Amino acid sequence: MREEGAVNGGTGARASSVSASSTATAVNAPAAASPVAERLPRPSMRRLLRPKWHTIRNRVRKSDAKEGWRWLIVIAIGLLFWGFAMAVLVRVLTYFRGTPEIGLLLAGKLLGLVFLSFFAILLLSNVITALSSYFLARDLDMLAAAPVDWLQFYLAKLLETLIHSSWMVALMALPILSAYGYVYQGGAGFVLVALGASIPYFAIPAAVGSAITLVLVNVFPARRTRDLLSVVAVLAAGALVMLFRLLRPERLVRPDGVRSLVDFVAMLQTPTSPFLPSEWAQRAVMGSLTGDLELLPLYLLWTTAAVIVVGGALLHRALYDVGFSKAQESAHRSSRKGALAALAYRALAPLGALRRELVMKETRVFFRDTTQWSQLILLAVLLVVYVFNVKLLPMGSEGVTFFLVNVVPFLNLGIAGFVLAAIAARFIFPGVSIEGRTLWLLKSSPLPMGALLWSKYWTGTLPLLALALIIVGVTNALLGVGAFIFVVSLCSIVVLTFALASMALGLGAVFPRYESENAAQIPTSFGGLVFMLTSVVLVAGVVLLEARPVYAYLRARAFGEPIAASEMVVGFVLAFILCAVATVVPLEVASRKLDALEV
Amino acid sequence: MITLRSLTKRYGPFTAVDSIDLEVAKGELFGFLGPNGAGKTTTLRMIAGILRPTSGSVVVGGVNIAEHPAAAKAKLGFIPDRPFIYDKLTGAEFLRFVAGLYDQSGPIVEKRMDELLSLFDLFEWKDELVESYSHGMRQKLIISSAFLHRPEVVVVDEPMVGLDPKAARILKDLFKEYTRRGHTIMMSTHTLEVAESLCDRIGIIQGGKIRALGTMDDLAERAEEGVQGLEALFLRLTGERASRALVEVLDA
Repeated sequence: MREEGAVNGGTGARASSVSASSTATAVNAPAAASPVAERLPRPSMRRLLRPKWHTIRNRVRKSDAKEGWRWLIVIAIGLLFWGFAMAVLVRVLTYFRGTPEIGLLLAGKLLGLVFLSFFAILLLSNVITALSSYFLARDLDMLAAAPVDWLQFYLAKLLETLIHSSWMVALMALPILSAYGYVYQGGAGFVLVALGASIPYFAIPAAVGSAITLVLVNVFPARRTRDLLSVVAVLAAGALVMLFRLLRPERLVRPDGVRSLVDFVAMLQTPTSPFLPSEWAQRAVMGSLTGDLELLPLYLLWTTAAVIVVGGALLHRALYDVGFSKAQESAHRSSRKGALAALAYRALAPLGALRRELVMKETRVFFRDTTQWSQLILLAVLLVVYVFNVKLLPMGSEGVTFFLVNVVPFLNLGIAGFVLAAIAARFIFPGVSIEGRTLWLLKSSPLPMGALLWSKYWTGTLPLLALALIIVGVTNALLGVGAFIFVVSLCSIVVLTFALASMALGLGAVFPRYESENAAQIPTSFGGLVFMLTSVVLVAGVVLLEARPVYAYLRARAFGEPIAASEMVVGFVLAFILCAVATVVPLEVASRKLDALEV
Repeated sequence: MITLRSLTKRYGPFTAVDSIDLEVAKGELFGFLGPNGAGKTTTLRMIAGILRPTSGSVVVGGVNIAEHPAAAKAKLGFIPDRPFIYDKLTGAEFLRFVAGLYDQSGPIVEKRMDELLSLFDLFEWKDELVESYSHGMRQKLIISSAFLHRPEVVVVDEPMVGLDPKAARILKDLFKEYTRRGHTIMMSTHTLEVAESLCDRIGIIQGGKIRALGTMDDLAERAEEGVQGLEALFLRLTGERASRALVEVLDA
């Protein structure tokens, strides 16, 4: 019985599966098949989407002054980011515009690259979002049991998927398109064309993504599909980053490797991907900016979108019933106590029963959650890219002084600190929030909240520390730095790691999101933003405090001057104190916050 | 074994529990009844140390939970109404984890674990991830976890939700046997037959206040003429009018 998969619940699950199948039929049964179709209630797509709209409206209405301030800060930071991105792009495009012959080609190529990257992101994002909106959302049981027309259901969920997976890309695209419009003086026509190209450009990946998910769910159970998709998405994203980095797009604006200008122009004129909507969108937008508007790309975009949405609807009609039924089953997985777990049990025995169980629980929950560890793959890719970039630095070239060879690794410490902060935000910051649904157990037991934080702190800090030492150690070795800077950067990254992990855990407890079901979404909250900003301040503080003694040492080495011991001690001691405070205070605050917590 | 003194819980202007005084003796099985939103769960969660009272005190086994939370909680086992637990642990790992929270481990825990899992027909499932358990199986696992460290007091919020008839029967027997051995159980329930057949004493709460308290016989004696049985008494105290209004709504 169990091999077959049972089961959100043994025997009970089977019953629910059967009932789900029959209720799903209610959603998808063609209305015409019913002899009383005329008298049936037929909720419209607008009605199906109304609860989502009301949720947003109520959240805005019910938000208090504190919430209002949070939003203001988030909007202000968003506007700053927009302004920055637009300013950089305006500068680049102005430079292109002043370059005769190839300037316009370069601008078009850049826009094509942006649209292509966005299209890949949109496709991945839609595949994952569609799984939630069509198969795992909480409102599905209710909708499946209601007399909802299959087409209205498909379209409502498609729109929901499209909005959820595309809003961030749309926000990113806005300053980019604005910069193009500003530099190339696109008027109302440009705005209309950009809008007209954007709608099908966003709709196509939504419909394709939903169709892919529908097919996958019909092949695998929904929960296994989610695991599978997480890994596929992360691998694809990793491959994309790796490919982008290995292609070295900076060579596009520094064409030293191309034999002649003619070859370079020919390369720019060749469409990157003539059959992809990203290319059509780019041609439409660039055409409107140069006054040479092509209607064919727009026609291709709209007709393709229409065909894919209709095809998706037909596929939905044919496959959704079975898929929804399968989604009620969960992957049947067992886990027997292996040799590794037994070894870990013995190794952790000196910690006592309480701490050992806490550490074991943290480790198991993390590694068994595919959505968590699959992101480690992406992390590994990003690290390879980081080390690859450091390796590419021309440190051995002529004109690179002893000073520069040692200053670059010191600044590398700041970048490594930022990378570690980002990793801590993803893996340590959600630590307290993910306990939301089990807090009843922890709070009703005699477990001191300090012990809970202790286990979360060390299970998060030790891997982070190993990573920190590898990043700084490997990059320093690649850069060939002197022993002094090597030791300084290693010691600094150790104390920084302890502080960053503590801040991530502490601020995660101060700004928890207990209601969140997805750990990956927690760092994108207001608290996550506060953590990243505080981390930048801490890393900058340590780098600034250590800059003076490092400078004094390098000067002494370069010019044979005596080293001022007091200056060295003060700088390093102050940096150490800063990190010590940043380690102790957040954990203390978090402990008090958890002690006072009511669930 | 459980003493509540002027126990009050307010959420802003709303008073969920209004100055409750209650004494539950050692070896007693106490039933807490009331309509939805009456304050049952809030009271139980304050006893379990999950919520802090706005005023008043909770004493478990002679230990004030506000003053010595760890000592009081060590005497207590809590079973919530909604079985949220770690999906990515197996049943056995979850139970070992809970035992660890009470600083217990080793062969005794393993033996008790196997006994409890066998009692609730979960032994075969002990190495399966909790995410593959049904609602009722999760509930049985949580019940097992609450009894694992042999607490002096067990606080239970809606124990029968999601249980099949066999498990419900086992649970009733377990409750009876546990209290017979001198332990104390305080449970809230909407199943009046369960309360009537199991509980030594019953308290009916509405609007955050205890409206009636005593054994079934006491309650029957105090009831007005024409009110017979716990259901009739419950409806009289907590809103018979509502059930009449329901009939009018359905007839409309």
